Amino acid sequence: MSSHFSFVPREADPSLGETTKMNLCQAVNNAMDQAMADDDTAVVFGEDVAFGGVFRCSLGLQDKYGKDRVFNTPLCEQGIAGFGIGMAVAGSTAIAEIQFGDYIFPAFDQLVNEAAKYRYRSGGLFSCGKLTFGDYIFPAFDQLVNEAANHTPGLKVVVPRGPIQAKGLLLSCIEDDNPSVFFEPKILYRTAVEQVPVNKYKVELGKGEIVRSGTDVTMVGWGTQLHVLLEVAELAQEKLGVSCEVIDLQSILPWDVDLISNSVVKTGRLLVSHEAPLTSGFAAEIASTIQENCFLNLEAPVARVCGWDTPFPHVYEPFYLPSKWRCFDAVKKLTTY
Amino acid sequence: MESRRHARVQEVLKTEWSFYGFSQTRFTEKLEVVDSKQVEAFPIYRATDSNGEFITPENDPKFSKELAVKMYESMTFLNTMDKILYDSQRQGRISFYMTNFGEEASHIGSAAALDPTDLVYGQYREAGVLMYRGFPLEQFMHQCYGNSMDIGKGKQMPVHYGSAEHHFVTISSPLTTQMPQAVGSAYAFKRAKNDRVVCVYFGDGAASEGDAHAAFNFAATLDCPIIFFCRNNGYAISTPTAEQYAGDGIAGKGPGYGLHTIRVDGNDLFAVYNATKEARRLALENKPVLIEAMTYRAGHHSTSDDSTAYRTKEEVDSWMEKDNAINRFRKYLERKGWWNEEAEKAWIQQSRKDVLKAFSYAEKVHKQHPHEMFNGVYAELPEHLRRQQDAMDKHLEEYGEHYPLDQFGVKK
Repeated sequence: MSSHFSFVPREADPSLGETTKMNLCQAVNNAMDQAMADDDTAVVFGEDVAFGGVFRCSLGLQDKYGKDRVFNTPLCEQGIAGFGIGMAVAGSTAIAEIQFGDYIFPAFDQLVNEAAKYRYRSGGLFSCGKLTFGDYIFPAFDQLVNEAANHTPGLKVVVPRGPIQAKGLLLSCIEDDNPSVFFEPKILYRTAVEQVPVNKYKVELGKGEIVRSGTDVTMVGWGTQLHVLLEVAELAQEKLGVSCEVIDLQSILPWDVDLISNSVVKTGRLLVSHEAPLTSGFAAEIASTIQENCFLNLEAPVARVCGWDTPFPHVYEPFYLPSKWRCFDAVKKLTTY
Repeated sequence: MESRRHARVQEVLKTEWSFYGFSQTRFTEKLEVVDSKQVEAFPIYRATDSNGEFITPENDPKFSKELAVKMYESMTFLNTMDKILYDSQRQGRISFYMTNFGEEASHIGSAAALDPTDLVYGQYREAGVLMYRGFPLEQFMHQCYGNSMDIGKGKQMPVHYGSAEHHFVTISSPLTTQMPQAVGSAYAFKRAKNDRVVCVYFGDGAASEGDAHAAFNFAATLDCPIIFFCRNNGYAISTPTAEQYAGDGIAGKGPGYGLHTIRVDGNDLFAVYNATKEARRLALENKPVLIEAMTYRAGHHSTSDDSTAYRTKEEVDSWMEKDNAINRFRKYLERKGWWNEEAEKAWIQQSRKDVLKAFSYAEKVHKQHPHEMFNGVYAELPEHLRRQQDAMDKHLEEYGEHYPLDQFGVKK
């Protein structure tokens, strides 16, 4: 299947120094490598990570750091999650990998009832803040992002759109004093290549980024969908003369309410797009918050362009995804409302 | 010819055996399906009989008088605290309680065999471990009241104790979640080479959860310094063990995972102590150990449960008459001349006095300011939570009279 998006490489912040070409997978590997080099307690574990991982994200790490720091676990997600929490409770930095986002559900009890609530319920006596989950997600499988994020106070949930963000956000997750879930859009592993700073740097959690400035419509997305939106912004400019502001949310929980609000105050129109199903997707949270914050500025109802409320299908994938044409049509309707 | 062929077959088989990994197996030509009921069950290790007399002298750990009396006092103090807090819940003064009746020896015997810095993960019926480690009586009370002196800050239900100082990880309600966590902590200890082990307690019912399977398997494959301590007390709320498992209890699972395993008489403090001591020695060699302590839940499951709905009072009474962990140890102490009726009376009276005093003090302490509700969700207070806290403040400014602010130390 031809790709439903085209990755647009970005320039890294020159103040971060020397850069080298990396795809998203290499950026993740580089972040874990640097985190382990600086912290003797840091360990990486999960299913098949020892030989480099099924997506090669942990390639070479076991040779470099030893079998006690990079190791395979038995095939059991609830065990991986619980084990990671316990390591963090004992003061170690735990980087746990769940092979595919789809398979994080057996670990949901540990994630939601335990990891997220550890500090709170113990009155701060114990915490598992040094725990980071890495999860690989399929193009349209970020319903997991929403399910993990929507109703779990205590977790931080993050999705990068490219190698530069992936490295900076993952290092932030690893060093942050709260348990975090880092979803890696699998489709970008090899396709997304850009010049990534070699040195250690962080991208602040809880903050979004304006990737393209505009004045007529605000478009919010994350992960792979951001590249779809960037293309839509081009189309809208070209075919409709509409100027779109494109924002990468980056952090789903906590999310950057002020950045989106300020943009919508300026543009008066908002489109939120994600691959996950519409009903109760994270766009619903954004839409209701913005409606509350920007009621007097909104010129049209908030538009949500999302996956349909069906399981993610095989052969019907092109019709399921919130394609650039569906997003484009939403922009058109927003500006002619 | 025949023998050469036989040798060749043996050679082939030998190489094929490597397929089975490290398991020590062989081929057989006898079609035989193993009947689990025919497999010999784990025996119950005991040191003393029901009179507290040593059956073989080598099982006597030879406690000093001071230690033995401390153990007895811990068991009986726990018992006294349980009686008072149970009654107080019945009177509606605290919202919930769970007693430890019948399981005192397994708590104290195991706690005494651990190093005080060994990390403990519990389920909820292990208050004796915390008590033995010197967790202040007042803190038990403050936690049950959730008042402003509770170090858990009033966030959880009663009996969900925790203390970093006493290396006792805060209890949570979801059963068995603590087990793989305990394994993770043990792995961290192994890497830190700190000569500490982790001991994780759980009930026979909790052992049915998937997390128990995860924990046993991870501990064994990752060679973790951990003791799994199962309290098999016969019931998970109303469910008897016959409906919980069909194999040889919890101990029966141990070898299947590659765990060192022992079943002990949970009402025999000496047996529990000896087994835990040996388990700790093995754990320090990174050999995870499973201990199954056989006991009987003499109390109701909790204050929300009336156990006479599923078992008879006669059953409970007969258990307590037949084999009572506290009485058994007391008989030993009395024979040694370290305890008597007079000491008993004075001790129980003193315990009651202390518990009641701490209880009525805790009852009078106000709760934390409602702002505490927003703290600790994250290490920092994120912007969205600060805004929600402001919203609550604003609401209370106008509608404060409709909320129990005085109980939270807030003047209206």
